[in-house]
Amino acid sequence: MSYIPHTEEDVRLMLETIGADSIEALFDEIPPELKIKELSGIPPALGEMEVARMMHERAARDGRPLNFIGAGAYEHHIPAPVWAITTRGEIYSAYTPYQAEASQGTLQVIYEYQSMMAALTGMEVSNASLYDGASGLAEACLMAVRAHRRSSSSRILIPRTVNPTYRSCVEAIAGTQGLQFVDLPYVRESGRIDLTALDALAGDDVTALVLQQPNFFGQLEDVDALVNWAHERGALVIAVVNPTSLALLKPPGEWGSRGVDIACGEGQPLGVPLSSGGPYFGFLTTRSQHVRQMPGRIVGRTVDLEGRPGFTLTLQAREQHIRRGKATSNICTNQGLLMTAATIYMSLLGPTGLERVAAACMERTGQLVEALTRVPGVRPAFTGARFHEAVLQMDRPVGPVLEGLAARGIVGGLDLSRSHPELGHALLTCATETRTAEDIEHYAASLAEVLRSVQAA
Amino acid sequence: MRQTEPVIFELSRPGRSARSQQPAAAQVNIPESLKRRQPPRLPEVSELQAVRHYTRLSQLNFSIDTNFYPLGSCTMKYNPKVCNSLAMLPEFLARHPLAPESTGQGFLSCMYELQGMLEAVTGMKAVSLTPMAGAQGEFAGVAMIRAYHRARGDLQRDEIIVPEAAHGTNPATATMCGMKVREIPCGEDGDVDVAALEAALGPRTAGIMLTNPSTLGVFERRIRDIAAKVHAAGGLLYYDGANLNAILGKVRPGDMGFDVIHMNLHKTFSTPHGGGGPGSGAVGVSERLRPFLPVPVVGRDGGRYRWLDERDLPQTIGRLSGFMGNAGVLLRAYVYMRILGREGMREVAEYSTLNANYLLARLRAIGYEPAYPGRRASHEFIITLQRQAREQGVTAMDFAKRLLDHGYHAPTTYFPLLVPECLLIEPTETEAREELDGFIAAMASLLEEASREPEKLKGAPWTTPVRRLDDVRAARQLDLTWQASPAA
Repeated sequence: MSYIPHTEEDVRLMLETIGADSIEALFDEIPPELKIKELSGIPPALGEMEVARMMHERAARDGRPLNFIGAGAYEHHIPAPVWAITTRGEIYSAYTPYQAEASQGTLQVIYEYQSMMAALTGMEVSNASLYDGASGLAEACLMAVRAHRRSSSSRILIPRTVNPTYRSCVEAIAGTQGLQFVDLPYVRESGRIDLTALDALAGDDVTALVLQQPNFFGQLEDVDALVNWAHERGALVIAVVNPTSLALLKPPGEWGSRGVDIACGEGQPLGVPLSSGGPYFGFLTTRSQHVRQMPGRIVGRTVDLEGRPGFTLTLQAREQHIRRGKATSNICTNQGLLMTAATIYMSLLGPTGLERVAAACMERTGQLVEALTRVPGVRPAFTGARFHEAVLQMDRPVGPVLEGLAARGIVGGLDLSRSHPELGHALLTCATETRTAEDIEHYAASLAEVLRSVQAA
Repeated sequence: MRQTEPVIFELSRPGRSARSQQPAAAQVNIPESLKRRQPPRLPEVSELQAVRHYTRLSQLNFSIDTNFYPLGSCTMKYNPKVCNSLAMLPEFLARHPLAPESTGQGFLSCMYELQGMLEAVTGMKAVSLTPMAGAQGEFAGVAMIRAYHRARGDLQRDEIIVPEAAHGTNPATATMCGMKVREIPCGEDGDVDVAALEAALGPRTAGIMLTNPSTLGVFERRIRDIAAKVHAAGGLLYYDGANLNAILGKVRPGDMGFDVIHMNLHKTFSTPHGGGGPGSGAVGVSERLRPFLPVPVVGRDGGRYRWLDERDLPQTIGRLSGFMGNAGVLLRAYVYMRILGREGMREVAEYSTLNANYLLARLRAIGYEPAYPGRRASHEFIITLQRQAREQGVTAMDFAKRLLDHGYHAPTTYFPLLVPECLLIEPTETEAREELDGFIAAMASLLEEASREPEKLKGAPWTTPVRRLDDVRAARQLDLTWQASPAA
């Protein structure tokens, strides 16, 4: 049942105007042998009521288990106004703001977003967002290669403490352009980058160092020392940061003696629902000197013919629709809708609200670690400061334990055995401000129960 | 009605906040060297201030819900409300992407069926939903072509052929994949110049990127011949799905001979454009490219749905996103396709083509010049204003801006680049005849103005929240973030 407004009378009049006998006649330039008789494999049309019933049933099948996974996507409270406004038709159903005079709303939101992201990361300029955090890091690596003209190696250091999926994504997207990626090991006890391993790289040409803070394990890296090391050797630094954490943690613009060169990350924690992995958005901020190497849309404030302030897409000479084969990226869209949600989220939280969210997450994760490590057979994998995630070591394979928890309505965390087999039976777990003390106790009690029933290794 | 709105930072006052949004304060210990010293400069406003501010900003936009939006090549059709509300059911929104598959069978069943429906409607053999936008789908497609040749040891194939009418993303994508771009011309009738294609084909040809119907608004009639020639030269064919709306349920790219296709779900399957995203650029492939699909893909074992990853597809080009792509957008497309069903797919192509040909016939009758007068329009068409530019000194941009005063979003301007002073017009199937007639009346008044009072066009728009903006100043005196006291 399509959304066609045409009456029979409309069709008759329109065909008459065109001078065609039938709608089918409008397809007479298509070679007849190519036309399909019937479309198989598509079910018959449904009305809205039937579709709604079906989707409600499928949603109910998935239920709402109690979630303790982070690993790049975090469950936070989303203030009611965020999506009430974001789904207004004037925002939801508008296109990319090429016609600036007809898109001042979208353009001003982007300008405000750019201002907020620059402030949060301690950097000077921001683009209008990218697809997500992982692909954003790939764009950041490509940008670093463009920005660092003195480095000829296109060699990027990616520590093992960076989200492994980000690493895969960077290899898939940037690997086709001749970039090389080099591992950096971590210290088994602290879950932080091994600073002594840096000595082995002395003398090598390095284009950029990627630093994730908090890192994939939730641990806090010694970012000042790492940034200074990279800068002393002439490498650029790309920070991958969690935006919520930046209300409490030193922003990448202040790491080391002169701050990082590019900051990027996953914007999802800022008002975007988990929604099975997307749509999210990636953010990317940098120093003014690199603005022309940035990928993606950028909005600037200017004036109109009458001198009134207004907003427009700018620096478009970098982009694919102008530069074609020589563009900084093939990227076309940003994640406008999600960027809008994040801008409203940050306005509602403000500096104090965001700091409280960050602190509450940290506190709850501390309580979670305490509660879970009281269960026999579970202990923390690392020592040292962390933000809102932790790795726990178990005395038996994690997979079956997670299935046991899932059967009890708890999504307990991420099994690290595939990405980090050297950690043995390791679980990455997380509690945000949305988890209560009761939730945490319930998890701990259920874990104890599951461990009693799942065979020890 | 207020036409401008202050920047939100100008509403900010220290100590003000949306208090009910703040969790209780918690005490935490952070090593001194890792602590933030100054709070980030975010706005401090009340909840009502924020709500009013962003609601007012939304009112400064044109959108499909408020205006006819005949933006060529963008398929700005109605985005059904139900697609949004069902994708935002609380269970779908709450689902963590890494949660066990056992807790996501409802969601995964939708994705699996969506893959199947997209295969059926395009005639391809397998689909991956993970690309997050058309440009990422293009990247996936060219990366698969590259991986295919490499897997066969055919390492010299490093050229991608692109017609000059192509979207800018095509050559940009080829470059991103480490390929060299060879542009070929189009003939007078808008079809690809086959002689030029033959000259370009050779042992270095990796593939060709085509849009059909093309960006010139016409169906590429010799597509089977082109496919045979490219395949004979050892190359593969890539289908840019930008114009899939025009042929949905009528012809399938798989039957035309294409090996890989990306679909813009935000065009053909009516997911929102959101002011520039999220898009969704699912890719479909023929049998020989199946092993290279980006992961994850949804598979089915018995009655159970599960993710297929690198272990199942060891030759995959890899991951393009942190998780599985724009899941919520995919749910919207799924709902849309179920509502349309088999019959509705055909109607999309039929009525979008009817609307386009009607608009073309009427605009031509009132004096506009089609770029390809001998051809049928697909779901879109091009008019050229070079005569008006020459004789009256008014440009396509002037026409576009003046349309805004009539409450119509401008068509696509200056694309494709090879037609001078052009407007690319795509009405879509969801517009009623009265809306099209209103647009035609506005276009007629523009022609009138062009000859009598061209300054009305040159100075347009007059009634929008701002008038034409100084783009040169925007690029020269960069003001990209709000500063408390703007630099003079």
